[in-house]
This record gives sequence, structure tokens and C-alpha cells, in this order.
Amino acid sequence: MKTVSLIIDGRKITANEGEILLWVALDNGFYIPNLCAMRDNHEPMAACRLCFVEVAGRDRPVTACTETITEGMTVNTRGESALSLARQGFELLMASHALDCAHCPRNGSCELQKIARHLHVKLKSKHLRKLERDLPIDTSHPLFVYDANKCVLCGRCVRVCREHSGTGVFGFAHRGFERRVTTFADEPMDTSDCDHCAECITVCPTGALVPKEEQSP
Amino acid sequence: MKEIISSDIASSFREIKARAESRWRELFNSDKPVILVGTATCGRAAGALEIVHTLRAELKRQGLDCPVIEVGCMGHCYAEPLVVIHKPGYPAICYGYVNPVIAERLVKEFLTGDNVCLEFVLGAMEENDLIPSFADFPRASYEKKVVLRNCGHIDPTDIDHYLANGGYSALGKALRMSPEDIIDEVKLSGLRGRGGAGFATGMKWEICRQAPGKPRYVVCNADEGDPGAFMDRSILESDPHSVIEGMVIAAYAIGARHGYIYVRAEYPLAVERVRIALRQARKAGLLGRHILGSDFSFDIRLFQGSGAFVCGEETALIASLEGKAGIPRYRPPYPATSGLNGKPTVINNVKTLVAVPSIIENGALWFNGIGTEKSKGTAVFALAGKVVNTGLVEVPMGTTLRQVIFDVGSGIPGGKQFKAVQIGGPSGGCLPESALDLPIDFDSLTEAGAMMGSGGMVVLDEDDCMVEIARYFLEFTQRESCGKCTFCRLGTRQMLAILDDITRGQGKEEDIDTLMMLAEAIRAGSLCGLGKTAPNPVLTTLRYFEDEYRAHIREGRCPALMCRDLIAYYILPDKCERSCDACVGTCTVEAIFPNPKRIKVIDQDKCVKCDTCRVACPPQYNAIVKLSPPSEVPAAVK
Ligand SMILES: Cc1cc2nc3c(=O)[nH]c(=O)nc-3n(C[C@H](O)[C@H](O)[C@H](O)COP(=O)(O)O)c2cc1C
Ligand code: SF4
Ligand code: SF4
Ligand code: SF4
Ligand code: SF4
Ligand code: FES
Ligand code: FES
Repeated sequence: MKTVSLIIDGRKITANEGEILLWVALDNGFYIPNLCAMRDNHEPMAACRLCFVEVAGRDRPVTACTETITEGMTVNTRGESALSLARQGFELLMASHALDCAHCPRNGSCELQKIARHLHVKLKSKHLRKLERDLPIDTSHPLFVYDANKCVLCGRCVRVCREHSGTGVFGFAHRGFERRVTTFADEPMDTSDCDHCAECITVCPTGALVPKEEQSP
Repeated sequence: MKEIISSDIASSFREIKARAESRWRELFNSDKPVILVGTATCGRAAGALEIVHTLRAELKRQGLDCPVIEVGCMGHCYAEPLVVIHKPGYPAICYGYVNPVIAERLVKEFLTGDNVCLEFVLGAMEENDLIPSFADFPRASYEKKVVLRNCGHIDPTDIDHYLANGGYSALGKALRMSPEDIIDEVKLSGLRGRGGAGFATGMKWEICRQAPGKPRYVVCNADEGDPGAFMDRSILESDPHSVIEGMVIAAYAIGARHGYIYVRAEYPLAVERVRIALRQARKAGLLGRHILGSDFSFDIRLFQGSGAFVCGEETALIASLEGKAGIPRYRPPYPATSGLNGKPTVINNVKTLVAVPSIIENGALWFNGIGTEKSKGTAVFALAGKVVNTGLVEVPMGTTLRQVIFDVGSGIPGGKQFKAVQIGGPSGGCLPESALDLPIDFDSLTEAGAMMGSGGMVVLDEDDCMVEIARYFLEFTQRESCGKCTFCRLGTRQMLAILDDITRGQGKEEDIDTLMMLAEAIRAGSLCGLGKTAPNPVLTTLRYFEDEYRAHIREGRCPALMCRDLIAYYILPDKCERSCDACVGTCTVEAIFPNPKRIKVIDQDKCVKCDTCRVACPPQYNAIVKLSPPSEVPAAVK
């Protein structure tokens, strides 16, 4: 396979032609905040808008999950305009997030906490109004608990579930601010045709989908 | 070989055209009068169908043989219902604001008699010595009809009317050209897409033609979801064949066999008229297999969209055509290389496609001669809001906003002061007085912070609050956001929350900075055009009307007296007439009472600010006013 070389944060990297910048960077130890990207996804969701980087010759930050690497590409993952955009996106997510790390099973392994550290921001938004949705927590499933108020709509669960079970227990419903991950016709999770593979819990980057035994009392 | 095919095309086309022309001549050159009634959606809303009935009934009663033909939008939507009478010996005359009584009189007095009923005349369709014609109106010197060329003149359900007016000639000509030559011609014309972004149409076609993969598709974007826009609807209702002709030419140019017209289901009349037109075009050999006897085959299917604004975005539209949820995806690849079913697809707006036949017919240089350096041709607007002549307007690019609003639109009604013009709908912006001499084209509008968008143009006057206008459009975009990406889903919601607060007098000084910050982030960070342009109404109003925002925040005052929470109704004691009590009875919450001097007073605690009393107060007193902030109401009477 042909390889191309590129420069990320001043370091020369060689990688296979046609690869996606986000994975090349992550595999070489450069962290870029990301929530919605998945390795085998050929059509990127490009929905979370956190993976911004600066690429020489481009006049504005680009999303790393949609960029195919090219020979000689020069990437800056720490550029101020990219980071500030990522910070603003992150702040928006957190302003509508039911933040409660102390009681959250994901505490310590949560991607949101990791991103906050990377971007040097607090989890609690400073500028924005807190806009929460107060959706019911679904505890009906024997394996997991689903708290839509902690969901960032990355779509990972929707995708793995569809791939695994074929039909897909989860899907997106509603539009705009009301958009959420839910089951067909908003039924409780356990009445749907879930085959208990638990893939969704593994891929969820937040405390929205957590295994039941980890549920804090 | 090619020669033989060309002459075949020419002769088969000549035949159908000759038949159409003779039918048209029979209609208009006989000794019978002909009546046209505008029955597009807006005409119908004003009662045009009733006028058609009344005319037919009265003609029958009078024993007159005179066809009454339903045509589309004539552009003078402010004066609906509209009736045009062709009577031999007279110029064709257009009557406005026609009601059943007027309709009957027109038959009795003009058709059976010779009284042209001058009092109902809007204008004559051609110059003459008898009555003022539209050509004498100031608007005539600015208007130029390219896209709307047939609208309101022909029966949209009769293909012969289109053919007799030069329709499908461009297709006949195109089929004798090579696809590459057509693309070159469209490129040379300088035509840019009318769907909003203004992408060069010829280039789009070329990219698609050269993209690997088959089959290729042509899609007409008739989703038109902007509040207040109805250009595309009017065209589909008034001249559907021009859309079909443009699509067939596009298909021939890129090598497509299948096309779709994506129209919102909320446009039932447009759907019906397009259906009829498709059927007729197929029957005439202008659509379907071996078009005009050539070896080119192409057919069009109609697809009714569910009517979400975001479905007008091209990747969302394609997803919707594929039976998936109408949600945008990341581009590239652009549809021209990977569109419907992953195949190369040209997607064009209705107006873009309608411009194509006239370019082929009249030549690229003709089209290129209209407009400004970088924006060629004409712009079509749905003129609405605080303007005298609302309606469909088509002017050459480069016409100034002032000319459109004050000359074509006849200015602001009621002697009010112009404040701003909102262009481009929810993706566009509000431009102030100082921008009125801006020539309208893609680039100048973008530079001023607005956008050509789809062509909505809403005129605002002194009574419109710019913060409220921005809030209104943002409420729309945030509701219509698909919710896929972070900035648009959550950012517009944050902005709306701030604007809600400001219009309620609960804004904070730092809100303006937060708004600016959010606007820039949403613009830079969103995935699709909806999010990227959603902040425009806020950014432009902040840029040109920041003082209005400040007045709301600092003084709790709405300068336009529009924001309900920031105004109070007050009866001026020295203007109120003792003997009058017109307002008292109109107040549904009984907030108005006479004081001992019989001057009327409003109980501010009871008043729900419904405005009824202000309207009821007789004009000679005009005693009831709105005050802002509410603390302006003198304490003694509170
Ligand atoms: C939110 C959104 C809504 C849109 N709605 C329409 C529409 O109603 N009609 C339209 O022709 N284009 C619409 N567009 C633009 C289309 O994506 C596309 O650019 C256009 O149809 C291309 O045609 P053109 O090259 O002829 O302009 C919309 C874009 C966005 C981002
Ligand atoms: S999902 Fe993450 S950020 Fe949210 S409460 Fe749980 S641990 Fe904290
Ligand atoms: S539940 Fe988890 S994996 Fe699924 S969309 Fe929400 S955050 Fe993503
Ligand atoms: S910008 Fe808005 S409409 Fe477009 S993809 Fe993002 S959320 Fe959806
Ligand atoms: S504004 Fe309405 S509620 Fe108030 S006093 Fe007038 S009529 Fe009554
Ligand atoms: S990881 Fe790139 S947009 Fe989400
Ligand atoms: S004149 Fe009726 S739609 Fe315009």
C-alpha cells in the first residue's frame, strides 16, 4: 500500500494513503477531541464538531474526522482558532448536559472529562445559560440505564446497534433542540428487540448509557 | 447521420408547434373576447375561483360566448383577484381587487356594452390612447421578465399555450447541439444558481458530466421552505413547462435519463399543475423515450417532500429522495459527483432551471448582457411586508434595493418611515436605509451581511422592532434545525434564549458579547448551510441596529414600541374626548374606566396590551398611545 507523509504539530508522520486524519493523529499520540467519529465509518457523521484542527493552506479550521490525509499536509492540532471553536462547541454541549460527575458511573472514564482537560475548560459552562431538557431516565432494560440528559447525540450507539442487530433498537427522533436518541415510538428500552450484546454501552463516550451494576445507588 | 436526426427533430417539433400556434391565434385573434383570471394560490386565497364562477355564470346569463381561462401569477399580488379582459377593438385590460359584483359589472358593462369600467382598471397590458398601461408605471422601467416570462399570460394546464409562446423551442435547438456545447453556453452565460449559494451552473453541470458513475440524475429543488417566499411555487403553478424544459436540457447536457422534481407537499396546486404538465409533455414526445424522435430519453418523477426547511439543503433533499430521514451530511463529496444513490447528480433550483431555456434560445451573450459583472441575469423576489405593492418582482441584477422597494413596490404604506429590508429569509439579513443604494447581486448582498437566499424580501418600517425580527427568524431556524450537529442544535437555542430575554426586558449588558461570540462560532462550526447562515439575522441587526438592542437592555425600552413586555397603553388626558367612550366597550378585560372628569383611564394592572382600544379610538382624537418603557406612564394615573 502506498504511504504518504505529513506533519502533525511539527512531527513527521508516515501513514497509509487514504486514511482519515483523526485516526492518524490519535494513533500517533496526538489527541484531538472527538465524540461522533468511528473507525469503520466511511461516511463520517461530522456531527459533534469538536475535532477541529488547522491545516496549512486552509483558511479556516477543518474537522479531522472528515479529512483524508495528503502528501505534505501540515497539521496543527493546537492552533488557537481550532481550539477555540472546539471549546465553544464543548461549552454548548455542557450547557445542556445533566452534569453530576460525583454520582455518575462514567466518572473517571468519561470522554467529556478528558476533553475538558485537553481544552483547559471547566465542565460547567461559564457564559451560557443552562438549558436542560429534563427527559425521563429509562431504567427498564436489564443490562443498562439510559439517561438522555447526558447524551451528546454522537450517534455511536445508533450505529453499532444497527450493525449488530440489523434492525437497530435505537434511532434519532425529533429535530433541533428536541433531537434525541430513543427507541421506536419512544417505547421503554427493554420491550424492544435488543439482543443484549451490550455494544452500545461500550461505545457510549458519556454517562448516557451505562451498565446496570455500575449504577450508583 | 447526425444531419438526418437533426432534421427529424426539427420537423416533428415544427408540427406540434404549428398546431399550438394556430390554436393560440384562434383564441386571441377571433372576434370573441377572452378573459384571464389569475388563480395561483394567492389568487385563490383572495377568492379568484369565485370570480371565475361569477364570470362564467354572468356570461351565460348574457348569452355571451367568451372563454374564461385560469392563468397563474401576474405579479401584482397586492391587487388580487386579478382579471384580464381581451376584447377585440380594445387593448387587453387588467382589473384589480375584483369581487363578484365587479365581475358581473365587467360582463354587463364592458363585454355587452362598451364601458371599460375605468374605476376598476389596474392598467392596460399594452400601450394605447385609451387608458394608462403598465408600461407607464415607474415599475415597468425596472422590471425585466426572464424567469417569469410566461407567468400570468398562459394557461399552465395547456401545453399549447407554452408552445405558442416559444416554449420547447430551446429544447429543439438544444437537441441539435452537442451536450458539451450546451454546457459551454451555460457557462458563458454566467448563470449562477438561484437556490441561495449562487454556484456557477455551467460548472456544476460540467463536473457532473465528467464524474465517473452512471446513471446520472437531474433534481429540481422546489422545496422552498423560507417563510414568506413563494417564487418557486408561483412558477410551478403558473408555468410548469418551463421547469420541465429546463430539466430536459440539463439532462441532455449531463447525460441523465431520470429526473425528480422535489416539491413540498404543502403546495398541492403546484403538484397538480406539474403532474398535468408532465403528462402533456410526455404525450407530445417532449419527455420520455426518444424525445422529439432523437435517441435521447429522459423522464421526470414528482416527489412530494414532507416540508421541513432543512430538506431544501441538497444533501438532506437527496437523503429524503432516497427514503431516509432528511438530514444533511458532510460535503464533499458534492452531489455533482456523488448524489442520489451515490451517483452524479445535478441539483438546481426552480428559477435556475427556468432561466436555461431562454439562455439556449437567445444565446449566452444575451443573458450575459443582463446584470452585473459577477451576477448575470435577473433576480426574482417575493416582495412582502410594509410595502404598497406586494407581489412577485423580477428585476435585472444590479437594480438597487431602493428602486425595488420604492419604484417597483411604491414605497411604504401609511406615510411611515422605512427602517430596514430583510432579504434572503432566515439565512439572510436586515439591511438599513444606508444600504438602500446597494446594487442587488450575490456578492454585494453577502458583503453587507445579508444573502440573496431564495428571494424573500420583507420590508420593515418604524413600527418593527429589530430585536424582535431577529428573534422571529432565529426561532424559525432553531425549530427547523435538524439537530444533528452541536453548534446549530444548541447554539441557536442559546441565542434564542438570549433574544427572548432581551425582548422581555431581561437582557444583560454582556448578552450582546455572548450573542456575537455564539454567532461567530455557529457560523464557523456548523455542518450545513442552515447552521452556517442562521446567525445572519442577528449579526446584521447587531451591526446596523445595536442601539435598539441597547435600549432594550439598558432602559427596558423598545424603540419601535413592539415588544409587549416593554410597552404600556396610555390615554392622553388632553386628547381624550369627554363625550366619547369608543374604547371603553372594546376592552375585553374591562381595563378602561372614566375618571371623575370623564377622561378615560387605563388600569395598567388589568390591561393585557391587546391594542384593540388604540384602534378603536376615533382618528380625530387619537388619544391612545403606546409608551416604552412602561414606567413612562405618569404615576398619578397608574
Ligand atoms: C437550510 C437550507 C435550505 C435550502 N433550501 C433550498 C430551497 O428551498 N430551494 C433551493 O433551490 N435551494 C435550497 N437550498 C440550497 C440547496 O442546498 C442547493 O444549493 C441548491 O438547490 C442548488 O441549486 P442552484 O445551484 O440552482 O442554486 C437550501 C440550502 C440550505 C442550507
Ligand atoms: S457523563 Fe461525564 S461529564 Fe457527564 S456527569 Fe457523567 S462523568 Fe460527568
Ligand atoms: S447514548 Fe451515548 S453513544 Fe448514544 S448517542 Fe448518546 S452519547 Fe452517543
Ligand atoms: S447545521 Fe443544523 S441543520 Fe445543518 S446539519 Fe447541523 S444541526 Fe443539522
Ligand atoms: S390595550 Fe387592550 S386590554 Fe389594554 S386597555 Fe386597551 S383594549 Fe384594554
Ligand atoms: S469527531 Fe469530527 S465532528 Fe465529531
Ligand atoms: S398575482 Fe397571484 S400569485 Fe401573484
